[in-house]
Formats: sequence, C-alpha cells, structure tokens
Amino acid sequence: MSDLAQERALEPARAATGTTAIETERLSVFYGAKEALKQVSIAIPAREVVAFIGPSGCGKSTLLRSLNRMNDRVPDARVQGRVLFDGQDIYGPDVDAVEIRRRIGMVFQRANPFPKSIFDNVAFGPRINGYTGKLADVVERALRQAAAWDELKDRLRQSAVGLSGGQQQRVCIARALAVEPEVLLMDEPASALDPISTQQIEELIYALKQTLTVVIVTHNMQQAARVSDRTAFLYMGELVEYGATQELFTRPTEPRTEAYITGRFG
Amino acid sequence: MKATRLQLRRKLTGRIMGALAYLAAAAAVLPLLLVFGYLLLKGASSVNLDFFLHMPRPVGVPGGGMANAIIGTLMLVGVASLLGVPIGIGAGMYLAEHGNAPLATSVRFLADVLNGLPSIVIGIFAWQLLVRPVGHFSAAAGGIALGLMMIPTVTRTTEEMVLTVPTALREAALALGYARWRTALRIVLPTALGGVITGVLIAVARVAGETAPLLFTSLGNQFWSVSLTQPISAIPLQVFNYAISAYDELHAQAWAGAVVLIALVLVISLGARAVVGRGFARGND
Ligand SMILES: Nc1ncnc2c1ncn2[C@@H]1O[C@H](COP(=O)(O)OP(=O)(O)OP(=O)(O)O)[C@@H](O)[C@H]1O
Ligand SMILES: [Mg+2]
Repeated sequence: MSDLAQERALEPARAATGTTAIETERLSVFYGAKEALKQVSIAIPAREVVAFIGPSGCGKSTLLRSLNRMNDRVPDARVQGRVLFDGQDIYGPDVDAVEIRRRIGMVFQRANPFPKSIFDNVAFGPRINGYTGKLADVVERALRQAAAWDELKDRLRQSAVGLSGGQQQRVCIARALAVEPEVLLMDEPASALDPISTQQIEELIYALKQTLTVVIVTHNMQQAARVSDRTAFLYMGELVEYGATQELFTRPTEPRTEAYITGRFG
Repeated sequence: MKATRLQLRRKLTGRIMGALAYLAAAAAVLPLLLVFGYLLLKGASSVNLDFFLHMPRPVGVPGGGMANAIIGTLMLVGVASLLGVPIGIGAGMYLAEHGNAPLATSVRFLADVLNGLPSIVIGIFAWQLLVRPVGHFSAAAGGIALGLMMIPTVTRTTEEMVLTVPTALREAALALGYARWRTALRIVLPTALGGVITGVLIAVARVAGETAPLLFTSLGNQFWSVSLTQPISAIPLQVFNYAISAYDELHAQAWAGAVVLIALVLVISLGARAVVGRGFARGND
C-alpha cells in the first residue's frame, strides 16, 4: 500500500485534461414504478478514476449499468435522460448498444469467468471483434495489464473456473481489457476478495488510468480514497455530492455526505 | 430422561422414513427391472448376427432377421431429429431468453398441448398432410411425424436447462460487445449443452419406440429400402406385426426386436453422452 501512496503523492496535481469520457444529463432509471435513479447529472473525466459510494440500494450499480446500457435486458427497467459518450446519446435511436458495450467494458462484483480455459476467456472478446493480430499476444498483454500473467502464464489451457477468487477476478479484468475498451466500469470488483488480491486490484486500477477511464463502485471508503481521483456520493437515487476525492472526504459540503463518510449511517 | 426418549423417537422416525424412501425407490425401479429381465429371457436367445444382417424370411425358413427394420428405425429417427432437434432447441432458447413475452406464453402452451396429443393423432395429421396429397406412404412422412413428437420434449428441456445458465455469464459476454443472439449461441447454449443433449436423447428414445404414428405414414416394408420416398420398415412396426401373428417363430423374432430396440436407444444415449463429455473437457471451444 505504501508504494501506491507514494506514487500518488509524486504524481503532479492533475489539472483537468479537459476531455470528458462519459456524461449523464438528468438521468433517471425506473424499475417498474420505482425510481431508482433521480435526475443524475455527472461528468466522468477521461483517464481518471471515479468512485461511486453510498449506502446499499442507493443506485450505484444502477447508475454504473446505465453507462453501458447493461440494463437493456432487465425486463422492466426504463431510462430517462441522456448519457453522452463520444458526442452522442447512447440511448439515442440509431445507437448500437453492442458497439457501446464493446467500447465501455464492465467488471462485475462476483467474478464470472466462462467455463472455458483461461486463454479462451481472455480471447473471447477479441475473437469476434475483428481482431486480426495474434490472439496469443493480446491474451498476454491483457493478462499482464491485469497483473495475472506471471501467475497464470503456465496454465493458460486450464479452466478458469478452477482458479481462486482473486485470480478469477483478474482473469475477468483481463478479459474486459482484451477488447481495449475506452472506459472500464467496475462494480465492487474487490468486494469478494482477500486483502492481498484487493491490493493487487487497486494497484491495477491505478495503473489502468494511464490508458483508460475507470468508474468503480465500492462500499469501502478507504478503497475509494485510495484509488479514485473523484468521488460521487449517491443517496436514495440522488447524486448528493461529487468532487475531488480528497476534498469530498476531508471537507464534504453536504451534511448527508459527512454523515455517511463519518459512519453515521449506511 | 425425557430428552433421550425424544431422541429415541426421532431416531426411530428417521429409520422408518428412510426405509419407506428405500421401498418407494425400489418400487419405482422394480417394473423396469422386471421388463428388462423378461425381455432378455424371452428375446436374448433370438438375437444373433443373422438378426442384424438378414431380411425377414418366411415362416419355417431359419436365419431370418430384421435388417430392414433396424435401418428403417435409424433413418426414421434421423429424419425426426433433423426436424425436431433444431426447432426444439431454437424454441427452447427463445422461451428461456424471452420468457415473459406474450408470444412465449402461447408457444409454451402450444408445446404442452403438442406434448399431450396422443401419438395416433400426430400420425393422422401427418397422413393427411404428407401421405394423402402424394398418394403413397413414405419414410419421410413417418420421420416428420416422429419429429413433431420430439419438438415439445426438446423445447421444454432446452428451456429448463438454458434457464439454469447464470445471468452473470450472459452479462459477461454482453459486456464484451457480444450481441444477444451471439451470446446465446456462444455462451448460453454451450453451457447448457449437457442438459440439452439429455433432453434430445429422451425425445429420441421416446420416438424410437413409437408405433402408432408410423402405421399410416411409413407403413412398414417387408423389403430392403433406404429411400425416403418409399414406405420403410421400423423395429416397433415389425415387432407389432410379428407379435400378433400366429407363429411361435415370429413371436421369438418380436421379442428379439424389442431387445434390439432397447439396446439401440441405450447405445445412442451412451454414445452421445460420451461425445458431450469430451466436448466439455476441452472447454467446448
Ligand atoms: N432488476 C431490478 N428490478 C427491480 N428493482 C431493482 C432492480 N435492480 C435494482 N433495483 C432497485 O433499485 C435500487 C437501486 O439498486 P442498485 O442495485 O443500483 O443499488 P446499489 O447502490 O448498487 O446497492 P448495493 O450497494 O447493495 O449493490 C434498489 O432499491 C433496488 O432494490
Ligand atoms: Mg450494487
């Protein structure tokens, strides 16, 4: 943890690069009649790590999943408002959700490897996305990025299902990275992992922002503080406060934020 | 003192319930064993190489067999599978993936109705549609009748098996830029394959023994034929014809036919299972 902190301290204060990766405008999501997300407007800057925090059921996953249209297949989910990505509303009429999901990848709370070999898991995305180079190279690159190569390189042909939870999750991260997404959405990626695996994944997230934008949902405020540049606090479907992580944790402007981060509810 | 009495009573109840469960299990398996045993007793002695290689011979001429009926059953089941397996798997996947669409509800209902139709009704239907317009009986008509009977079984088992595939796996593929149909083909179906194949095998086993739908479709044939447009023999038809004949010799052949029919179903099941098993070990890619 200490070298991660050091690295962060050494990094020059990050002036906003100016570009926004994804932006929501008055985004509301309904499950049936229930409004799970209420008019949320939030801009995710490119190549930064943004954390969503908030008590259980406040809409973190809902917000995250609406950023790559993952809720399309949830039967009674309905979306209002806009989500701008690359200058267009991803819920617009001519938008291909499949293409959106290829460019905005996702890692889930519970590792969900396919019942296939490690290699086939990682190569799964590139195989259909018109990748023309050598698959073995992509797989190696993605596994290296996910800090799993050295550990797994000798058993690429083994089933991914037989790995430990932390290894599985890193294979899933490698699988998501192999299609070279521009944004990676992570829904509590370390919540089922031991401290060592968690630390590996946090370091990995930190390294990832060199090349892509990361949005991470977490229940763990220390984790949010460690890995993210900005933090958004959601409460009962509303975006209560959003700002630089350090600011939000040291000088929250909203009483509800303060109550949550000091552990008075949630 | 009280506690030990209670414990004793629990133990005793447990024993009795356990014994009852064993008894029920035995009662369920017993008829099957009896049928197998009786079949083997009556039929095994008449099953020999001639039975597989030779054509039926007139009563009194030794060494007759059912070569034509064996090939006939294989062909009928083949045609039936060509029709029933793709439609059944497709419909089952549709039901599982779009379970609450209004169309799905009707499809599910119709599949159940079709499943409940007496097989003779399916036979009449196939006769009306495929035999009468053409003017003669055919193997194709029989195969199609059997295929129709396979559809509901394959549909419902496929649906059930596909529903057991975790949502997390579907979402993983979708999040990689897989379209829904591609996710269904590349992840959902392979993951459920073992169960789907089992459903197909149950359907195959069921129709391989059907007689009624063949009576006025493929009709039966005393001669060698592998033509889809001609009448064709089938083991159950032959067994039926021999069984109602007056000759002990033919009765023996009927028993032998029944043994071969069951063995055939068994071999198909084991063969397909072996293939699927190996596919899984490789990670089905
Ligand atoms: N598929 C669904 N159908 C109906 N309601 C849902 C569905 N998914 C989520 N909800 C509801 O929407 C609200 C927000 O859920 P969401 O999963 O986004 O919360 P969360 O902040 O991610 O919570 P957690 O921290 O427990 O994961 C909750 O009240 C939840 O019950
Ligand atoms: Mg959640």
